Amino acid sequence: MSGLHATRPLSWRHRLLRGTLIALVMVFMAVLVLLPLAAVFIEALSKGVAAFMDVLAQPETVSSIKLTLLVAVLAVPLNLVFGVAAAWAMTRFEFRGKALLGAFIDLPFSVSPVVAGLVYVLLFGAQGWFGPWLSDHGVTIIFAVPGLVLATVFITLPFVARELISLMQAQGSEEEEAARTLGASGWQMFFRVTLPNIRWALLYGVLLCNARAMGEFGAVSVVSGHIRGLTTTMPLEVEMRYNEYDYMGAFAVASLLGLLALLTLVVKALLEWRYGDELAARATRGH
Amino acid sequence: MKRSSLLLFAAVLLSGMTLAGTAAAATLLNVSYDPTRELYRDVDTAFLAQWNASHPADKLAIRMSHGGSGKQARSVVDGLPADVVTLALAYDIDALADRGLLAEDWQKRLPDNSTPYTSTIVFLVRKGNPKGIRDWGDLIKPGVQVITPNPKTSGGARWNFLAAWGYARKLPGGTDDSAKAFVKALFQHVPVLDTGARGATNTFVQRGVGDVLLAWENEAFLAQKELGKGAFEIVAPSISILAEPPVAVVDKNAQKHGTQAVAEAYLQFLYTPAAQEIIARNFYRPRLASVEAKYSAQFPKLKLFTIDDTFGGWRAAQKRFFADGGVFDQIGPGS
Repeated sequence: MSGLHATRPLSWRHRLLRGTLIALVMVFMAVLVLLPLAAVFIEALSKGVAAFMDVLAQPETVSSIKLTLLVAVLAVPLNLVFGVAAAWAMTRFEFRGKALLGAFIDLPFSVSPVVAGLVYVLLFGAQGWFGPWLSDHGVTIIFAVPGLVLATVFITLPFVARELISLMQAQGSEEEEAARTLGASGWQMFFRVTLPNIRWALLYGVLLCNARAMGEFGAVSVVSGHIRGLTTTMPLEVEMRYNEYDYMGAFAVASLLGLLALLTLVVKALLEWRYGDELAARATRGH
Repeated sequence: MKRSSLLLFAAVLLSGMTLAGTAAAATLLNVSYDPTRELYRDVDTAFLAQWNASHPADKLAIRMSHGGSGKQARSVVDGLPADVVTLALAYDIDALADRGLLAEDWQKRLPDNSTPYTSTIVFLVRKGNPKGIRDWGDLIKPGVQVITPNPKTSGGARWNFLAAWGYARKLPGGTDDSAKAFVKALFQHVPVLDTGARGATNTFVQRGVGDVLLAWENEAFLAQKELGKGAFEIVAPSISILAEPPVAVVDKNAQKHGTQAVAEAYLQFLYTPAAQEIIARNFYRPRLASVEAKYSAQFPKLKLFTIDDTFGGWRAAQKRFFADGGVFDQIGPGS
């Protein structure tokens, strides 16, 4: 860096470059992120606060909020447990097919969510492989809450695992081995050594997982059946209202999702501000 | 992986059980298409008041599902437990009959082709009708851009296509060849072929593309109501197709749920004067003459032809016009 500042014209150019780059990124963010976000809130309030509140109080909206929370409450803990287990297996053990497991954990990132949803319809739908058997035994998966949870778990599978794998790889297993040598049981080692080491990355992963779980559209759209008040999550409620020419109502529900995104952003920023060092350790040592 | 799949299984079981626990009260699931939300909200309220008054012992609840008509039919085939379907075209319900979900002759079970309400295809134009569009012939004048979705993917667009064909075919001296030439010219005036009716509406209304949108009359009214009367005008052509969105009980599901009686009562209710009033207020054309007379100012007068009389029903029309290698493929943008 000092070389860049050695001569005056270079420093001037450097500052120009810096200014231009920052301005470019700012404009980009404003157009791509802030403008649409503002538009959502402006449209949501286009008929006044009373109409906005009226939409939020409608039973369809209330049930879509409840369902979105229910799906997240079921899907996120599953992926928390899976993420920790997968990261543990990937970083502490050597076994055949480890690379394959790593690839499979990343699969949901590369598969189109709509395809993910369709796969579950193919497996559990009335015409699907297990559909007739499930139907005979009175079990409903597709077009009901279990299907929504399954699809959401699939889509959000990598978030916690990915976050932990790189951190745990970087941290290595020395501290854990020391704990075992000193006589700690497996569980003691996990709760007293491993968990404290990974807790902030874990929380970060859960946060991202939760945001995606609540915002997922494509996969849940395929398995939902769009039954009002029963299988319609908030993103689906937005789409349905939009398709029914209820533009203001669609944006009102969308603004709730927008608020959720902002809340996620704030918590994420707080985490980074407070525990930035531990999270950064992952970034620098992990890659 | 083993641990996670076990957990998945446990979660599925758990949520399956909670769902079974709440499904005790009698419910009726009506799987409908996109723009019927307000219509059925009113119909359901009226029907429930009547039904629950006469059946105080077992309270009924009605659930609605909305989406693109073809997609909704597909979902019912895949196991969406619809007791009744109220879709945009008979062809989509035929698809359910093909899978044995209801009888092949379902359309004969209720009056008027099992369609308690109808609509037609009209033009939505911009304020003041700057291109002076009055009838189908004006759509192929130089410089006019027409917005209509792809009839291969959109059920609604098939009505549009057949309405245009019927107009040209029924002109004095009209033949199959002249009708084909007309729809070919028409589709050359279509700048973007959206996959669905809502996409086309958004192209026209939100993005401001095109001079005229071919739309269902009830949806044109809905769009006008939502967006303010000033921005768009509805133009009724001299002649158009009678759009018949049919209703049917899905026998196999209703029998399984024990809802056969209430499902039939629900659909029959649609033909009563009370429901026909609700239908007219929600911009569908009622079947009942007395209600039709009362709302005659709302619906423009035009000559209407039916799919059965002009095209020999949906199965024949589908095969002739929209199947691979059919008329639309011969005249379409790719040809």
